[in-house]
Formats: sequence, structure tokens, C-alpha cells
Amino acid sequence: METAVFIIKGELLMQSELLSMNGITKVYPNGIVANESVDFSIRKGEIHALVGENGAGKSTLMKILFGLEHPEEGEIILNGEQIQISSPNAAIDHGIGMVHQHFMLVPSLTVAENMVLGSEPKKGLYVNLKKAVAETKELAEKYNLIVDPTAKIRDLPVGIKQKVEILKALYRGAEVLILDEPTAVLTPQETKELFEELHLLKDQGNTIIFISHKLHEIKELCDRLTIMRNGKSQGVFNVSDVSEADISRLMVGRDVILKVEKEDADPGDVILDVDKLTVINDFGKQAVNDISFSVRKGEILGVAGVEGNGQGELVEIITGLKQIHFGDVRICGNNIKPLSIKEIRNLGTCHIPEDRMTYGVAESLDIEQNLLADKHDSPEYTGKFLTKPKVIRENSLKLIEEYKIKCGSPLQEVKMLSGGNIQKVVVAREFSSSPQLIIADQPTRGIDVGATEFIRKRLVELRDQGSAVLLVSADLNEVMELSDSLIVMYGGEITAYIKDTKSLNEEELGLYMLGINRQSPEEIGRAIHV
Amino acid sequence: MFKQKRLFELSRTILAIAIALLIALVTILFVSEEPAKALSTFLLGPLKSVRHFGNVLEMMIPLLFTGLAVSIMFSAAQFNLGAEGAFFLGGIASTYIAVRWALPNVIHPAFAILLGGVVGAVFCGIPAILKVKWNASELVSSLMLNYVALFLGLYIINYFLRDVNAGAMVSYKLAESSKLIKMIPGTRVHFGILIAVLMVVLVYYLMYRTRWGYRIRLTGLNSSFARYSGIKTASVIVLAQLLGGFIAGVGGSIEVLGMYRRFSWQTLPGYGWDGIIVAILARNNPALIPVGAFFLAYLRIGADLMSRTSDVQSEVVYIIQGVMIVLIAAESFLAHYRHKLVFKEARNRST
Repeated sequence: METAVFIIKGELLMQSELLSMNGITKVYPNGIVANESVDFSIRKGEIHALVGENGAGKSTLMKILFGLEHPEEGEIILNGEQIQISSPNAAIDHGIGMVHQHFMLVPSLTVAENMVLGSEPKKGLYVNLKKAVAETKELAEKYNLIVDPTAKIRDLPVGIKQKVEILKALYRGAEVLILDEPTAVLTPQETKELFEELHLLKDQGNTIIFISHKLHEIKELCDRLTIMRNGKSQGVFNVSDVSEADISRLMVGRDVILKVEKEDADPGDVILDVDKLTVINDFGKQAVNDISFSVRKGEILGVAGVEGNGQGELVEIITGLKQIHFGDVRICGNNIKPLSIKEIRNLGTCHIPEDRMTYGVAESLDIEQNLLADKHDSPEYTGKFLTKPKVIRENSLKLIEEYKIKCGSPLQEVKMLSGGNIQKVVVAREFSSSPQLIIADQPTRGIDVGATEFIRKRLVELRDQGSAVLLVSADLNEVMELSDSLIVMYGGEITAYIKDTKSLNEEELGLYMLGINRQSPEEIGRAIHV
Repeated sequence: MFKQKRLFELSRTILAIAIALLIALVTILFVSEEPAKALSTFLLGPLKSVRHFGNVLEMMIPLLFTGLAVSIMFSAAQFNLGAEGAFFLGGIASTYIAVRWALPNVIHPAFAILLGGVVGAVFCGIPAILKVKWNASELVSSLMLNYVALFLGLYIINYFLRDVNAGAMVSYKLAESSKLIKMIPGTRVHFGILIAVLMVVLVYYLMYRTRWGYRIRLTGLNSSFARYSGIKTASVIVLAQLLGGFIAGVGGSIEVLGMYRRFSWQTLPGYGWDGIIVAILARNNPALIPVGAFFLAYLRIGADLMSRTSDVQSEVVYIIQGVMIVLIAAESFLAHYRHKLVFKEARNRST
């Protein structure tokens, strides 16, 4: 009797699951096990959080569900039937839609055109644009996602683009909506708006999978959550049953130290001096508009702001990757306008690039050769003709140990490493040139907590040893914890200078980031030191 | 893991060659009346006499030069196909010196070879400059320039160096002092083979042990990263192609001075194209260029002997070449098997 009851219970449980993924294993061609026998299931009409650190395998699991990746093992069951999801099209046919972290929209087309792309309403041979606009409007009103159907995507702010992405998935008939870190690019205010919209979607019977690693958001928004760590599922929980501390412990296996321990800064002379800088980007838009600030020896100046507000262009100019600009940039008193990248580096500048796979490494080259890139022609490593393999090997072994790069040998290809270890290769190389000025652009993006902590600690150490640090980060926690002072960029301009980061709260910062609040020119002018 | 990968690449190449050979053998079986004889000549003919083996070495020499030239340019991710034209013009330039100038023994060929190299460098440098200045595809411009090289070369022979008393459109006889000495009795293997070996060593050191080689490789693998690191990628791109052109030009000069009495090419000799095959077989690694060059030369001579002694045409080699290149260049050939290996290893590691 007892067993029978048990089975009945089990069946009841099964019925309430809308979709389940059982025993999913995915190994990438570089040998990284992204998912290992992962079980994951969702119920109809819930908002289900999928949490875990970067690299825990959340995105991979969702890519499998959306048909972008194919697992080596495991099955997917929808409404009690096993299904094969061979492509995103198949996923959409099954009513599964995904909103990616990086939007998949055509910037030069309008909202309505993007909405219907691939399934356009026709009028004879032509696309029926009127109908597309009407349908977009109707859908937008139904879900209270207000967008202008005739606006061009490239003119829209990030928050609206995201709404378009969600609408696009709904237009295609999605009932299960996967949102991959939707709040990463949003300001606190935009996030609030998104949550209201998601609640409305849920009330109308949609199911939402919400990928995030921001615990308070999950507490606020979600019904249940699945926690992933290191490619494995750590279990499913009701959000109301677990505390934030529980979640974080299950995510990382230990309590996250989000605080960075550091003494107060003791700034010295000005190292980097940006003077009335204006940058016109490739589209003829003023990406950076007449900004001035300086960074002194022994301080970390944070640059906060929603991505795409001129931070990228600012970094490109300072590091010499881009040249045409108005105004002046001086490093240790030298105007860098006529200097090459090499000469700027020789002034003691190092650069952790935002996109490490494009600018930070040559992925099919070994670790040792990657560690050598900026100093391959220094007399220390090369004689008149031949390089010095012994010295080079000593250097690579030393850096691998010092930066705790997990690898089999210095001759291992960089692409075989995990994201965090690749970033450590970049950081080890850049920091080992005893830099005067460190330009750190998103230094811990997309890497594990261990590597993040390590890199943040190193940045503080180098500050204490007298380096000037310009830290650009979209991670609010990072800029607020790590910076001594802070500038906020919005629309290519500085909207605020915060002398002491400790005095700042997130809400206030959000208002500056959105350009709603703005300090007086006198207050912003304090960012310039002499 | 990285050792395993190298092993995998090696076995992949060998398997590609094996499949190509198998297809060729099956073809021979079908078309030949006496397949056993044809096959044995094809596979073993080059080993049967000193002269025939000498033929293999003779053919290797130009392949070494063009293979090295192409591998340098490909390492910088520059798909310059100008090695063919540079080889041809190198031959023309050294013919000019050999016919028109009177110089003492050793100096005569040395100077001719050097000039051939410079001409080759200038020739391959043109697509490089066009690329750097105007972003013109070096592949297209070098391909087209090869015809310019051919007709410019024939024009020079026809109007300045042609021996009207000879029956064909050939140059005057090359001065004895300009010719390269023969090395192995009973064959035509000449001093050029030593220069070729020296060149292999030099290029290997250049690519893997000097800052210039490092810059070439880094630019080829990820030019954004190279630029970010402070390397002037535009100059590196030009340098790689000048070097490649120089080596191809030297190869052309050596071929003419070592193997011919007069300059007698009426069309592009094809060693530049073969250099591409050699470079692909060697995966652009200078140390493996001799292996690739030997393999290709052996096949060519084997096929040539076969066509002379049996009823199978030597064109069967082109089947082998074609299949081989397709399989080696196809990144996903056996990728499934490789992924399984990766999967298995990952499994073992986690348990």
C-alpha cells in the first residue's frame, strides 16, 4: 500500500510540471563541462529563477532549452511528452522564447519590422507594414509593454530594446519565456518597471524563467528557484523558504565576501589628466562630450554608468586604440595625441580590455606566448636577434604561480582555460609591467567569484603601491566597493563626481546614471585635480 | 591535453593522406590494364634508382622555397598567392644577371640569387601595400598580379634576352660561372639543396625565436590583440609579404641556375601553387615544410614514372592532392570523434 501511495504522489507531482529537463550533460569542445546531469523543471504560470555564478552553467542549460546547444546526454519533457529541440525554430514551435543578454535586434529597422522579422505579414509580394505596426501596438497594449512601433531600434534606450525583445518572443507565440540576466543592463528604476511587466505576464498565464545572480531581485520577483554551481544543480526551492544567505551559500559553497578590504586612499600627483575631451564615434555621434577629470597616484577612480554612454570610447582614446579626438589627454604630463599604442604603453600604461577574447589574448596561442605580448621586444626577453627562452619560461612560471592560473603547463593553449583563468592571464601580463596607470575596463565581467576576488584584491594592492587606477565597470557593486572616488557618465557627459564613494547609495547613483539628476558644473569640476 | 591535440592533428593528416591515396589506388585499379605494375611504379618507382630518387630531391628544392614563402605569409593571415609570380620573376631576374653580366664564379650566382629575391620581395610587396593603404584583398590582387608577372617576364625574355638562333622562345645560354654546382653524381641535385636546408633553419628560427616572427604569428592569430599589445600590425603585414616574396624569388633564381642551361619557361611553372599545398600540409610550421615538400615531390615523380611505363596518366596525382587538401582544410573532419574524446576525458576527470 505504501508504495502505491508514493507512486500516486509522484504522478501528481509530475503532472504539475509544465516542462522538465532530466539528466542534462553538456561538454564544450574545449573540454569544459558546462552541465553535469542537471535536472530542471518548471510549473505553469510561475516565475522560476535560475541562479548561479558566472560560469555555473545557467546560460548553457537555457541555450539547450532554446535549441542553440545540443546536450550529450539527457531528455526534455514538455507536457508529459519527450521532445527534441534541434534549433531555436523548434523551440519557438514548442512555445519557448528567449530574450538574450545581448539583444538580437536589427538596429536600422523599426520596432515593428523587428517584431515580424522572419514571419512577416504579407500583402501580395510586399511586407504588410501597416499590419505589422497594428499587431505590435495591440500586443504592446495587451501586455502593457509600451513601445513606439515606428521608432528605429538604434534610437531606443536599452530598457525599451529589452521590451521589444520580450514582445518579439510573445509575438511568436512563446508561453515559456527565458530571460537571460535581463537586469544586467538596466538601471534600478528600469528594473522596477520590468518587474511590474513580468508580473503582468505571469498573471496572464505565461511562465517565466529568470536567470540572474542578483539575490534581492529573486527574492522580490520569483516563486521558486533552482540553484546551479559548477555545472550541477544544487536543488529546487520555494523562494519563501530560503534566505538570501542560504542562496548565496548554495551558489558558491561558502559565504561570498562582497566587501573589498582596503585602507583609505592617499592620492599623490596627477597621473592621468583628461582635459575637455570630445570623441566622435564611427556613426558621427558625439560619444564623449567635453569631459574633464584626472586620476592621481594611489587612487582608484571609478567610472559608473549604463553601458554605451561613452565609457568605451573614453578607454579607447586613453589607451591609443582610437586616435581622432578633440581636447587633450595627458599621461604623466605627456600629451598622448601624437603617440602610438606602444609609446603610450611605454609611459607606464596598462589596459585590461573589456572584450578579453578579442583584445586580451590570442586564444590558440599558449599561455606563455600570451603573457609575452606587450614585452616580447624588451631587452629582458630578447637579445639582438634571438629571444631568451629560459627567461621567458621563468617569467611565465612565476606569473602562473603568482596569479594562480589553473593550467597543466605554460604551453597549454589559452582557449582551453576557463573564463576566469583567461582573465588572470590578461591581468598577470598587464600588471607585471609595474604600471603607473591601470585602465581596467570591466575587469571581472563574466568570471567566477574566486578570480573576481583575486583581481579586485590585486587592483587595491597596486593602488597601495602607487598606481593610478581608472576603473570602468557596469557592475554597480564593483564600482561602489572598489573605487575611492567616482564619476558617473550619461550620454557622453559626466553627470556627477562623488569624492567619497562610501557616502553614496545605489538609488542616488541610479538617478545620475539615468541622467535624471545632475550635479552643478562646480561640483563636477571637482573631478579635476592639479 | 595539448600533446593529445597535436597527436590528433597528426593522425588527422595521416588519415587524410591515406584516404586520398586509397582513392587514387582504386582509380588506378579501374582504369589500368596492368594495375599491379602501375601501382608498384607509382609507389616504389622513385626508390628504384639513384637517378629517380635524385629527381625527387631536385623537385623538392623549389617546393621548399615556395612552401616556406607561403607559410610565412599565411602565418600572418595574409593569403597572398603571389609566390608563383615572385618565383617566376626571380628566375627572370637571375637569368638577366647570368646572361648579361660577367662575374667570378661564386659571386655570380650569389648576386643573381640575391637580385631574384629582391624582385620577388617587391612583387609580393605590391598586394601588401594595396592591402594596408586601401584595404584591397591581397588574395585577389596577388592572383591577378601573377599574370602581370608572367607576361612582364616573357616580354623581358623576348625583347632583351632571347636567343634568336635557338628554336624556341628561350634566353641565351646562362654563363657557366653563374650556374650552381651539382652535388650528387648521377643526378641533377645541385647546391641549391643546401641553401634550401639553410633557409628552412633560418625561417624556423625567425618564426619561433625572434621578435619579428612573434609579431608575424601574433598578428596572424589575432590582429586586434597584436595592435592592443603595441605591435604595428600594418608594418608586420608588409614585412611578412616582403619576406615571403623574397624567399619565393630566391627559389625561382636557384631553380633556373641549378637546373637549366637557358631560361625556357613559357608559362608559370606552378611551384608557387605547390607551395600552398606544402604549407597547408605542414600547417605553416617551417620545421615540417621539408616533410610536406618531400611527400609532394615523391608523389609527383612516382606519378611521372608511372605514366611513362604504364597506361595510367600522371594526372592521378591531382586526385590525391585534391582529396588531401579538402580533408585537411576541413576543420570538422573527424571533429565529432575529437569531441567524443573530449567528452570522455571530461567524464574521467569528474569521477
